[in-house]
Amino acid sequence: MNGLFDTLFGALGRATLFLGQVIGGLPGLLPRPRLVIQQVYAVGVLSMIIVIISGLFVGMVLGLQGYNTLARFGAAESLGVIVALSLIRELGPVLTALLFAGRAGSSIAAEIGLMKTTEQLSAMEMMAVDPIKRVIGPRFIASVIAVPLLTFILTAIGIFGGHLIGVSLLGVDAGAYWGQIQNTVEFREDIFQGLIIKSLVFGVLVGWIAVYQGYTADPTSEGVSRATTHTVVISSLAVLGMDFILTGLLFSGV
Amino acid sequence: MQTRLMELTVGLFVCLGLAALLIMTLQVSTDNGMRGGETYTVIARFENTGSLRSRAPVTLAGVRVGRVGNIRINPQTFDAEVELIISSQYDFMPDDTGASIYTSGLLGEQYIALEPGGSPNNLEDGDRLRFTQSALVLERLIGQFLSSMGQD
Repeated sequence: MNGLFDTLFGALGRATLFLGQVIGGLPGLLPRPRLVIQQVYAVGVLSMIIVIISGLFVGMVLGLQGYNTLARFGAAESLGVIVALSLIRELGPVLTALLFAGRAGSSIAAEIGLMKTTEQLSAMEMMAVDPIKRVIGPRFIASVIAVPLLTFILTAIGIFGGHLIGVSLLGVDAGAYWGQIQNTVEFREDIFQGLIIKSLVFGVLVGWIAVYQGYTADPTSEGVSRATTHTVVISSLAVLGMDFILTGLLFSGV
Repeated sequence: MQTRLMELTVGLFVCLGLAALLIMTLQVSTDNGMRGGETYTVIARFENTGSLRSRAPVTLAGVRVGRVGNIRINPQTFDAEVELIISSQYDFMPDDTGASIYTSGLLGEQYIALEPGGSPNNLEDGDRLRFTQSALVLERLIGQFLSSMGQD
């Protein structure tokens, strides 16, 4: 029992100190933006395909399901609101973060873990290059940049997917679809609080967990595989738990 | 050459992400003319606010001009006092403007409709509206209808 307690809080404490170190090293990246651009490419651009396709299908499914239920009450015109609000407030940020954890977080952890296993990180230290500034920092900040951008793309594509099914296939009036969305979705409440804040928090969360798991992986092939698995499992749970807290914080106050 | 291509795609990615945000800001969301602008607050007293909530729309001739702020009880009169937060661009309302609580559609949310009077003076911050009409409570309406049926 005591051991579990220690593992849990000890790990959290070490991870928090590590995050402080990473953030402290970030200003050192300013003269070398190319390091960050490289990582944005690796975690952001390469995740775009999966995010676009997922967004399209999620939007289309929301359109189909929403239409079936709403048509029963003669309220099919509200389809746009259902699709847009569920995507903007919940599904967009959460789904993107989960996809990102699986697609990019795992690869970050595996890459850093393997660098550690093959002693590249110690070699860097030997050359007086701080691996936290050189390797960890760019990957962390790239996640913080990429997750919000991917979230915006997924959400916009999702709303378009709902349009595709609702308007083009099921015959909801296009004016009603977009008009109802515009009437209901508010910038400060939904887009700023729902989309922007949530996706930023999730970006920090997933990036942090991925680099920490990679950096503290046991330098064996087993250790790397465990770090990869832990990254996906812990970030998924953390994102879902954090989403509940954020929704409670941001949307409960009237 | 390889790095240039990479930088190009990263630039495209960032543009696409920001464009998606822009689309959502312009096409999807609305600020209802209420974002950050100057406002003034007037207070309306209602016997019954029905299911009126904070942030419900305040309209003039069907156009949204503000929103409902706090709703609280006046401990002396036991009436509800509703703050109406109105955008300053509509500062030309006469001070004998009335307020009524209506329902949008059959099952929609409740909102406040303002009906301007004919006074030459304009409403100012902190004023109280003199003429108000409470929310329609369906049960009370049916009760009145039944009792008036009984009298005949």
